[in-house]
Amino acid sequence: MSVARHWRETPGRYNLVGTKCGNCGRIYFPRRSICPECRRASFGKMEQYMLKDHGTVFTYSVVHEASADNNNLKPYAIAMIRMDDGVLVTGQLVDVDLDKVEIGMPVRAVLRKLGDESHIATINYGYKFVPKDK
Amino acid sequence: MDVGIVSYGAYVPRYRITPAEIGKTWGIDGEAMGKGLLIHMKSVPSPDEDVITIATEAARNMMSRCNVDPKHIGAVYVGSESHPYAVKPSGTVVAEAIRATPEMTAADLEFACKAGTAGIQMCMGLVGSKMIRYGIAIGADTSQGAPGDALEYSASAGGAAYLIGSEKIIAKINKTLSYTTDTPDFWRREGAPYPQHGGRFTGEPAYFKHIGSAAKRLFDAMGSRPEDYQHAVFHQPNGKFPTRMAKELGFNDQQIKFGLLTPFIGNTYSGAVPLGLANVLDNARPGERIFVVAYGSGAGSDAFDITVTDEIEKYNRQAAPTVADRLKDTLQLDYGRYAKFKGKIMMG
Ligand SMILES: [Zn+2]
Repeated sequence: MSVARHWRETPGRYNLVGTKCGNCGRIYFPRRSICPECRRASFGKMEQYMLKDHGTVFTYSVVHEASADNNNLKPYAIAMIRMDDGVLVTGQLVDVDLDKVEIGMPVRAVLRKLGDESHIATINYGYKFVPKDK
Repeated sequence: MDVGIVSYGAYVPRYRITPAEIGKTWGIDGEAMGKGLLIHMKSVPSPDEDVITIATEAARNMMSRCNVDPKHIGAVYVGSESHPYAVKPSGTVVAEAIRATPEMTAADLEFACKAGTAGIQMCMGLVGSKMIRYGIAIGADTSQGAPGDALEYSASAGGAAYLIGSEKIIAKINKTLSYTTDTPDFWRREGAPYPQHGGRFTGEPAYFKHIGSAAKRLFDAMGSRPEDYQHAVFHQPNGKFPTRMAKELGFNDQQIKFGLLTPFIGNTYSGAVPLGLANVLDNARPGERIFVVAYGSGAGSDAFDITVTDEIEKYNRQAAPTVADRLKDTLQLDYGRYAKFKGKIMMG
């Protein structure tokens, strides 16, 4: 992915900034420029909305064959997280024993390196999920 | 105008490795090594963690404990000797991740293990002169020891963030002063993967001389004595040095109890004094006085005289994990996984 494309996604990747439809109140992540429910009625009414950083595991899968980015982390879990705001967000689950991962497990979003393949390229940061502190 | 700490936050990665496990790989009695250094285990960053992610986590914990609008933050200083980029400031990512950008200044600092406390001093100056309303100083590191080197048993990862200001301060900084000389006890050249150290040279003329000199000057400036302080925090490359330093200056074991974390997490370098102070603040009560001396190789010491205020009673400490929380729920590593995590294995 290009440096520019990563940079444009920074608010979403760093701070889970999505959008809220000013017409119906639905929350979207990643951000959208129109509400698929309200369509024309949402024009000009889509507002920035920062998701709360907590949620629970909705479903997950363990990845054994990773791309070079995640070589040092494999095997690892990819999960769909039901955020406290209701939306589903897909992300990597880290700092956890894989045999302790379960559906419904409370998690928290943190900022981590998404990939660091080359020692001369930019380092891309974004959200991942860790088990919620007890 | 009183200047001090408005909020703070700490972060230590979840993974740990013991000196015994490291020693097993190198045919060394690691357990004895650990006992000598007074290190039971050390923290290890996950492969997807670095100074930027650690500083961000500490800063987010700091922000969640107070009601300060991030737009009122005028400066972000990240002190570290393991900034992920040689050119591209760590502070820009951290500032973006707490939504403090764009009307602020930022710079990355380096002074071996005392760059975080140097940042606190810079923020104190900017707040005290009313150039900014709030400033953030963070000390964080993901330090590396060369495989098999003595430093491998202690070099760890962690960091803490401090919001410096003059409103609703939970701890007033009564005084700060520094003691700095050109002493080559420890260094790393640009591009070199691991630092070099002057062996025995790291003790007397470096650590003990600088901390001792700064401490004595602080006592003189304040007209104070060790018994005037409930807590003391010293730089802690291992458990042994700060314990000896404290004794030499006249502090007892009770006074350094909360400020000494190296036995449980290893040497977090720029994170060490900031984390020790965070653990003190986690446990401090109004009116208690804290004596702090950081040390950075090369070499210099920053000393602080701090008094906890009544404001700490209203402060929302529970809004973020304490240092003690970060010492629980750890994940132990064997040396193989540790070497992979730290990138010590060269892939063809
Ligand atoms: Zn809508």
